[in-house]
Amino acid sequence: MVNLIQASNINVSRQGNKILENVSVVVGDHDFLTVIGPNGAGKSMLLKCLMGFYAPDIGEIRKMNGLRVGYVPQNFAPEHTMPISVRRFLTLRRKTDKTAIEEVAQETGILKILDQALFELSGGERQRVLLARSLLDNPHLLVLDEPAQNLDISGQLGFYRLVEKIYKERKVSVLMVSHDLHLVMASTKEVICLFHHVCCSGEPQIVAKDPEFISLFGNDMATMMAAYQHSHDHAHHDNHSHES
Amino acid sequence: MNLEPFLVNAILAGFAVAVITGVMGCFVVWRRMAYFGDSLAHSALLGVALGFAVGIAVNIGIILICSVFALLLLWLQQKKVLATDTLLGILAHSALSLGMVTISVMGQRIDLYSILFGDILTVTRPELWWIYIGGAIVIIMLLMNWSSLVLMTLQEDLAQAEGIRVFLCNLLLMFLMTLVVAVSIRSVGILLISSLLIIPAATARQLARSPEGMAIIASFFGVTSVGLGIYFSFVLDTPSGPTIVASAASLFTLLTIYLQVIKKK
Repeated sequence: MVNLIQASNINVSRQGNKILENVSVVVGDHDFLTVIGPNGAGKSMLLKCLMGFYAPDIGEIRKMNGLRVGYVPQNFAPEHTMPISVRRFLTLRRKTDKTAIEEVAQETGILKILDQALFELSGGERQRVLLARSLLDNPHLLVLDEPAQNLDISGQLGFYRLVEKIYKERKVSVLMVSHDLHLVMASTKEVICLFHHVCCSGEPQIVAKDPEFISLFGNDMATMMAAYQHSHDHAHHDNHSHES
Repeated sequence: MNLEPFLVNAILAGFAVAVITGVMGCFVVWRRMAYFGDSLAHSALLGVALGFAVGIAVNIGIILICSVFALLLLWLQQKKVLATDTLLGILAHSALSLGMVTISVMGQRIDLYSILFGDILTVTRPELWWIYIGGAIVIIMLLMNWSSLVLMTLQEDLAQAEGIRVFLCNLLLMFLMTLVVAVSIRSVGILLISSLLIIPAATARQLARSPEGMAIIASFFGVTSVGLGIYFSFVLDTPSGPTIVASAASLFTLLTIYLQVIKKK
């Protein structure tokens, strides 16, 4: 099995501050990585390095040949000064036929708003449009940077459910920065807890017990994760009994 | 009304400038570059002075000074000490004042009024060539990079993820702005260039449904304003630059009243 991205010991400094220190990340096939960490911990920088925006000062990033990445950036707030429809936004810089657009729109639930102006959309609709755009290239890997940051709780739930569905149906890999770990626990295979360096990483329930994780996020977060892990176990057992 | 040769030149120059500023103006409105455009135009006075002092073409002087201005601005922005509008204020007014000082030290007789407010009725054939060649470069570069520039305006990170070299695109926009300033000065003058960038685009925004549509409608309003402006300036014997801008402002006002007051009832 080929890894999509393999970053070994990358270091990045900006204006004398170390932003990333000896960070190693492997994104495998049909992987689901969730990066967590306090503000300013270098999470966005890590994503941008992995996508090749910046070369690390030290370290090496290897990518699978012909890797296609779909990216859902942070802070997408289109201004009302530019008149542009959702459909036009999706086709910018692309030669995409109408059916491909409508298939992806169907998949992400934005079929009804295709002809609306981009700046009129609600936060949740906007994130779905971004997700739709990232899917148009049939990516191997989806990279999402705090995609549900400004959504209300039902918007968050809906969005993560959509990501989960795409992850399962398209067999893509997902690399996501998210603070809503309790909401993405069920699909997350590996949590990377970042504070300039990788504090701890591994399966969610193992990370939740890690002293470094607890010192960074406090006991509440750990307890919450443990609680959600419990319900996840149930779901898992259910599946099991169906199969057997 | 017989079309005198100078009128033909004025119309040819004005229409070209209107199309160029109409398209470029959309980016000015989208990217909030209004103050940047204004400052760039003010600094062009130093370029004019340099042109006269060194004996090179005024257009070259303007392009040189405006490019230096843009690069200085970029460099100072990187320092992250002062806000961009502060930097623009410092650079623009320093250049404007230096230009004025240089002009008066040289003691040359320069028609300052026509530099500040433009004099489209005295545009000559060689100047027309400037406008058309410079304008063609601006339009072609904008069209070639259109989708990338639009995407970058909506979300820079997304553009970068798709392989657009955002820094180069920003540099390109700045350079094209200097070209627009250089080719428009004769028509509307240093003080009014940014209004020709902003007003037609702002008028068009109220009707447009797509970025391309906005550029086309903005050019249309620009051309109409220039036509009206030249006509009234000729008939009423008023200064051409301000008359063109007043026409653009009238169109904006009429459309805004129609859409916001009459149609909404």
